[in-house]
Amino acid sequence: MSEVAEITKKSEPLFSKKNRKLITDPLDDHNPITVQVLGICSALAITVQVKQAVVMSISVLFVMIMGNFLISAMRNSIPDRIRIIVQLVVVASLVILVDQTLKAFVYDVSKALSVFVGLIITNCIIMGRLEAFALGNKPGPSVLDAIGNAMGYAWILIAVSVVREILGSGKLMGFELFGNASEMTGLYGMGFMNNNMMILPPMALVVVGIIIWIQRSRNTKLIEEN
Amino acid sequence: MQELVNIFVKGIFIENMIFAYFLGMCSYLAVSKTVKTGVGLGVAVIFVLGITVPINYLLENYMLKEGALAWLSPSFAEVDLSFLSFILFIAVIASMVQLVEMIVEKFAPALYGALGIFLPLIAVNCSILGGALFMQDRQYATIAEATSFGLGSGVGWFLAIVAIAAIREKIRYSHIPAPLRGLGITFIITGLMGIAFMAFMGIEL
Repeated sequence: MSEVAEITKKSEPLFSKKNRKLITDPLDDHNPITVQVLGICSALAITVQVKQAVVMSISVLFVMIMGNFLISAMRNSIPDRIRIIVQLVVVASLVILVDQTLKAFVYDVSKALSVFVGLIITNCIIMGRLEAFALGNKPGPSVLDAIGNAMGYAWILIAVSVVREILGSGKLMGFELFGNASEMTGLYGMGFMNNNMMILPPMALVVVGIIIWIQRSRNTKLIEEN
Repeated sequence: MQELVNIFVKGIFIENMIFAYFLGMCSYLAVSKTVKTGVGLGVAVIFVLGITVPINYLLENYMLKEGALAWLSPSFAEVDLSFLSFILFIAVIASMVQLVEMIVEKFAPALYGALGIFLPLIAVNCSILGGALFMQDRQYATIAEATSFGLGSGVGWFLAIVAIAAIREKIRYSHIPAPLRGLGITFIITGLMGIAFMAFMGIEL
């Protein structure tokens, strides 16, 4: 919630109410993961540690902003029939940039993310926003839309990874919260144990399911008909 | 032969695209409301994975890998084009999907009627590109192994989407807490199915 307040405050003097909505809407009412159901694949697989989630969010933010800007700038010259291939080529080139940069500067994270950096190309959020927004709007609003959606994606990713890293390995960003597990110091000395289940892939789905539950019970207009 | 069967079975159960790697979740969640559409998309995924993985395998081994261009001329032996793999793989996938769509429309109109709307969706299904990238990662020895990996992952994906679609059809009659209805409960069920599928992980093939 503090994220929402921060962004609105920063952009208030600069943007109109409509533009501000482009950024704040995807954080809650039109969240890409929990409401639009886009980009789930990567969101689940790389949320074991906060560090990976942060790197992934930054990569997606970069690819989305650049992709939305470029496609929106070219929107009048792209023939309708081959637009998907054009979009894929633009996104794939951006992802190659990200991949090579990660390999050069944070090699360990790049190894841990393995194929999921490449899968940003087929991340449905990116294609979805290109199709739904960038193809029909000017570059300015498209960039704002990209920022909003990438932020909406990022906060879910980081929330899931915080839960999984604290409960699963007793750490946050690699910092040991409850003492050292192998040397039995701190809480571990009193019999506390990590919930190893949280490290397993299926628990990511359950954590996202619970986030959806909490979000929809606060925001009742999102509840689905049966 | 046994090696091929092993890779195939591994792709279906142990390294299931949905339950072990979460690939293709977007269409998995969006198209699993009824079994009929689930079967349609599942068959299309098997089809496209079975075609694109071997093609990308050939590209990887005769063009992209370090030294892969040596068949052209010995002076190319040190060329490493693997940084181009994303763009080439996705181009192959997008064009293959287009091609498959046209061929199916021409020669099997009935199948086209059933798969038609799902085929374009597949170009952006993460499991297809994921299949190509895993193939690159694991370095299969022959094209037959790569093909059986592609088909196996496709069948695994098919199995997952049909199972969740059947559960979602039944669950419509249950009393689920209102905020959890629809998407939320689907996530949790998929998580539970994933835990069940982890039972296969101990199997060594």
